[in-house]
Amino acid sequence: MNDNIILQVKNLSKAFGGVTAVNDVSFDLARGEIMGVIGPNGSGKTTLSNLITGFIKKDAGSVVFNGKDISRWPAYKIADAGLARTFQVMRPYATLAAYKNLVPPLFSPRARRTARGKLGDRSAVAIDILEEVGFERDARVPYKLAGTLPLGYLKRLELCRCLALRPELIICDEVFSGLSMSEIASMVPLMERLRRDGITLIMVEHRLRELFRIADKVLVLNFGEKIAEGLSQDIFKVEKVKQAYFGGEDCYVSSE
Amino acid sequence: MQELRKERLDRGVKVRCDSIYAVSSLKEVMFLVGPGLALVLILLVLPLVVSPYWQRVLSITGIYVLLSIGFGFLANYVGLVCLGGALFVGVGGYLSGIMNSVGVPMILSIPIAAFAGAVICTVLLLPCLPLRGVYFAIVSFVYPLLAARLIAATGIFGGTDGIAGLDVLTNRWFNIYLIFFVLLVAIFFMSRLVNYEDLGLVFRGVKDNEQAIIASGINITWYKAQAVFIAAFLGCFGGAYLTHLYGWVGMSLFAIDFSILPVAATVVGGSGILYGPLLGTFLLVPLSEMMRDYGTLRIVFYAVILVFFVVFWTEGIMEYLRRKYEQFEHWVRV
Repeated sequence: MNDNIILQVKNLSKAFGGVTAVNDVSFDLARGEIMGVIGPNGSGKTTLSNLITGFIKKDAGSVVFNGKDISRWPAYKIADAGLARTFQVMRPYATLAAYKNLVPPLFSPRARRTARGKLGDRSAVAIDILEEVGFERDARVPYKLAGTLPLGYLKRLELCRCLALRPELIICDEVFSGLSMSEIASMVPLMERLRRDGITLIMVEHRLRELFRIADKVLVLNFGEKIAEGLSQDIFKVEKVKQAYFGGEDCYVSSE
Repeated sequence: MQELRKERLDRGVKVRCDSIYAVSSLKEVMFLVGPGLALVLILLVLPLVVSPYWQRVLSITGIYVLLSIGFGFLANYVGLVCLGGALFVGVGGYLSGIMNSVGVPMILSIPIAAFAGAVICTVLLLPCLPLRGVYFAIVSFVYPLLAARLIAATGIFGGTDGIAGLDVLTNRWFNIYLIFFVLLVAIFFMSRLVNYEDLGLVFRGVKDNEQAIIASGINITWYKAQAVFIAAFLGCFGGAYLTHLYGWVGMSLFAIDFSILPVAATVVGGSGILYGPLLGTFLLVPLSEMMRDYGTLRIVFYAVILVFFVVFWTEGIMEYLRRKYEQFEHWVRV
């Protein structure tokens, strides 16, 4: 097997009763790549990330991460192996300062291992992580109560929760959704920096314009099936994708 | 018509102690340590001013306090509604009793029973740790009933008669200060754990945001087991202590009172902080003792008090006191 492949998903399927949420999806992901996962509402994007990260039991198929078959692993063990994920709905410790939210992930076995005994005071490390990610207009954000933070900062906090584990791959479940244009504009460089740091990203998104700007390749789901996989700029030339998104009419996606 | 609105503001001293953490005057130090100091003083003085009979009642109250702290800790900080108080007391009591009956001295049998009992209880509850809310409550509630039936039916451990003739803690001063000391250590240790330690934050995450904790690569079952162990340790110590208070161990150690009273105490005392269950227990157990003359009618009084708190005073006494301590209220014009 190619060493450069970090994640290999094969024939993944999941049905909830009579509804097939994910049907026979396969893909490979190379180390350091950013892959977008798009599709209309209910096409199985979130279920796919739940299946990969072990939060839902798979009906069939396998997931190989870093050469290890993690198909039957419990969710915490997958995270421990370095495959982190964000959640669409974040529930931070509302009554605590933002940086305190990073203390539990820093408490995890993986964080202790990757720090190689240099972890020290977890609160200080948490503040470091938050400051490194940066809250551009407001340096006091790490000290504010998490319950008072706007959505854009909460999304970053959620991302920081993953970064605390020093993961190799992060599955970002709609980190752009619900954000204003300027907030997204400030998130894009952050994503690019994560890639430079050697982190592979899977981005489940609805915001196509920003996604296409940073993603190396895109996977399109519809009704749980993979209908296309390819480079960002080519994906809307595929007939099936046009069909799923626009009902088959000719379309043009701005590449700016 | 003038409309008035009640406004609550933090007291200045509270704000200073909260934000800076630099302790700059005796007043602030007293504000911070005062409540804890008052509790220690009350527990020190209380046994001196009551009759031997009430000293015995206070010792029993101490056992209930340990159970209530454990219940409050599991319910409010870990998200497990555990009605296993009777299980903890029963297992701890029987272990200590059995060990003592084969010749292990009290000074060893009590701590060993507390530790080994906690291990046994945690292992028993381990399969149901993934359960949440009422399901965990049911399983933890059924275990003591099961144990009592098992002992009655098979006649093991003395059957319905229990094991008599065990060593007795004879010095009543030692008895009462021992249990008070243990409950003080327990409550200070626990409030430090849940408020300041990183481990406490993980526990709270297990309660409030289980998925984020799992996604952080943390095995929540392991942390739930640790939390149950802490609560079970307190309960098993209480059981072992109770055994040697009477010099007898029997099926009544599995009585459901041990499971139910902590719930009532938490309702009365307030659930937000650990001192709530403590206060609730110190009110309810002596109250129930005072109403002993009324026989079964005391259950009615009990129910009325509970309903009053559940319906009209949900925050509980301790939460109310804390608010009065930290904030002042005044009426302002809208």
